[in-house]
Amino acid sequence: MEVLLQQCINGLVLGSIYAIVALGYTLVYGILRLINFAHGEVVMLGAMIGLSVMQKLINLQWSVLPIIFISLLIAMIGCMTIGYLIERIAYRRLRHAPNLAPLITAIGVSIVLQNIAMMIWGKEFVVFPPIIPINYYSIHEATINSLQIGIICLSIIMMLGLRYLIQATRLGNAMRATAQNTEVAALMGININHIISFTFILGSALAAVAGLMVAAYYGLAHYDMGFILGLKAFTAAVLGGIGNLTGAMLGGLLLGIIESIGAGYLGDLTGGILGSNYQDVFAFFVLITVLIFKPSGLLGQASGERP
Amino acid sequence: MPTIITFRCGLKWIIIASLLISLPFLTDVIIGRNWVRILDFALLYSILALGLNIVIGFAGLLDLGFVAFFAVGAYTYAILASPHLGLHLPVGIILPLGTILAGGFGILLGLPTLKLRGDYLAIVTLGFGEIIRIFLNNLNAPYNLTGGPQGINLIDPLILAGFNFNQNDLLPSVYQYYYLFLFCTMITLFICQRLQNSRIGRAWIAIREDEIAAQAMGINTRNIKLLAFSMGASFGGLGGGLFAGFQGFVSPESFNLMESIMILCMIVLGGMGHIWGVIFGAVVLTLLPEALRYLGTIQQALFGQIWIDPADLRLLIFGLALILVMLLRPAGLYPTPVRKSEFETAEEIDEL
Repeated sequence: MEVLLQQCINGLVLGSIYAIVALGYTLVYGILRLINFAHGEVVMLGAMIGLSVMQKLINLQWSVLPIIFISLLIAMIGCMTIGYLIERIAYRRLRHAPNLAPLITAIGVSIVLQNIAMMIWGKEFVVFPPIIPINYYSIHEATINSLQIGIICLSIIMMLGLRYLIQATRLGNAMRATAQNTEVAALMGININHIISFTFILGSALAAVAGLMVAAYYGLAHYDMGFILGLKAFTAAVLGGIGNLTGAMLGGLLLGIIESIGAGYLGDLTGGILGSNYQDVFAFFVLITVLIFKPSGLLGQASGERP
Repeated sequence: MPTIITFRCGLKWIIIASLLISLPFLTDVIIGRNWVRILDFALLYSILALGLNIVIGFAGLLDLGFVAFFAVGAYTYAILASPHLGLHLPVGIILPLGTILAGGFGILLGLPTLKLRGDYLAIVTLGFGEIIRIFLNNLNAPYNLTGGPQGINLIDPLILAGFNFNQNDLLPSVYQYYYLFLFCTMITLFICQRLQNSRIGRAWIAIREDEIAAQAMGINTRNIKLLAFSMGASFGGLGGGLFAGFQGFVSPESFNLMESIMILCMIVLGGMGHIWGVIFGAVVLTLLPEALRYLGTIQQALFGQIWIDPADLRLLIFGLALILVMLLRPAGLYPTPVRKSEFETAEEIDEL
């Protein structure tokens, strides 16, 4: 029982990170109907930029909170710039191109970003400096530490903030209008290009935070971490219903929990044939299962079919 | 005067054929034997690219896990013809088996995804490629099937009709593999050509251009797409089998995502759906990284140290090539006339 509780806690932490990344996929998909393959790499770049700034600041002997805050801020600004540039350079011209073209460009962007990161930060793991004091709290024999609580709280704040932005502000209104019908939104005086750019910037800012959270959670960052993370977050977005913000949050949390419970019990269930090294396979099976039985996801409208 | 025309056409083909036959000798004399091996790989990649071209170029389905089928073929060969399990089945059985098995995997993967939007297929195949690699990496316990991260060594060489491609006194083995791969490429090429101009090929292209219209014309889109998918996969399986026999060892490292991307890049660069363009892309992108190696030597000579590792540059160039080709010449560097005009009219419509 304590194992189950412990795995649930781990899953919740992992899931809230997936949820934040999944929001980036779902935001872009909702408006452009494009899977932004490069989103996982933006997460990775966020982690890398954040860690580099952090290492610089540690040398200045600052205290913990300003270090984290400033490195988060710079990572966000960096990722927002990258996100804007990706859209402007690689996707905008292809908005009306045959449907394979933007997907292929997206893969190209992903590879280019990954290789640039490899050239800048090298092939070794970049270590998250141990500056955050970690206290352990126990709940019914399971433990949760302050870092995990911090990750969960931060992601809840961000999700609520995003919900407010989309549902209650003028900008969010324009975004929803663009997602529903681009042409009509343009007729209503919405600058479509600005809204799309803003969507990419918003998603990238979320990605930067998620990147630093992943780096803090695992204590490491690596130039090719973005790929598998992006794949899982995409699965989360599909699970919740792609294009639906609440769905992405729900899907992320669910996927995180499924994954850690699955990895925790896989060995027992299969009599030791499959171990926890198959953890990464779960997301894929979830994806296939969702696509077979409910392609529109848990909360999405029936938009999975070809238009 | 038809006889002269046939004679001229015949002459053209005789020149091409004699060039292809003498190519390994010429390369060996002019650049070195190492490059004959690279030529072998260029042909192998041509087979793979032609297979993927059926899926992406003809049917318009973005398959990003093609390397998984390549791996299925290679591991089938490796497991059934090596001291690893002590099995030494003849090549005449294993190669078709690997081809069929890869095609079967293609159907398995295509079934749940092909009725959905194309982007889903892309991401599912992407995941599938990665999953196959995870399985190959971990299937050494509890029962050692794939040899884990070390892979499988000492694979039997290709022996066809009693003819061993590694050990005989006729010619160096790279030459013999060149001719074998050339033969296989020719067959693949022939099949692709015939398919393109067949009822099935036209159905694929119709689906690529407009699925709903194709359906309205009475095409069973799901089955025809599945056929494209499994057919492409089986060419991947064939390529994998040849690769395992040629290389003598397989390991999960040879089947990572970047390999899929590289084959995709060959198709995109050459021109999606254009058979000759795809071969052009495959040959260029196999030779280019090898040529880039000299960049390291040049850097060493100029600056006394290597600033950028050419091996790292390779992937960056592939990524940039994907973006630039799609932005500037979406029909590829060497497109079919039809495809080119399609893209141009699409642009004109946009401008209106």
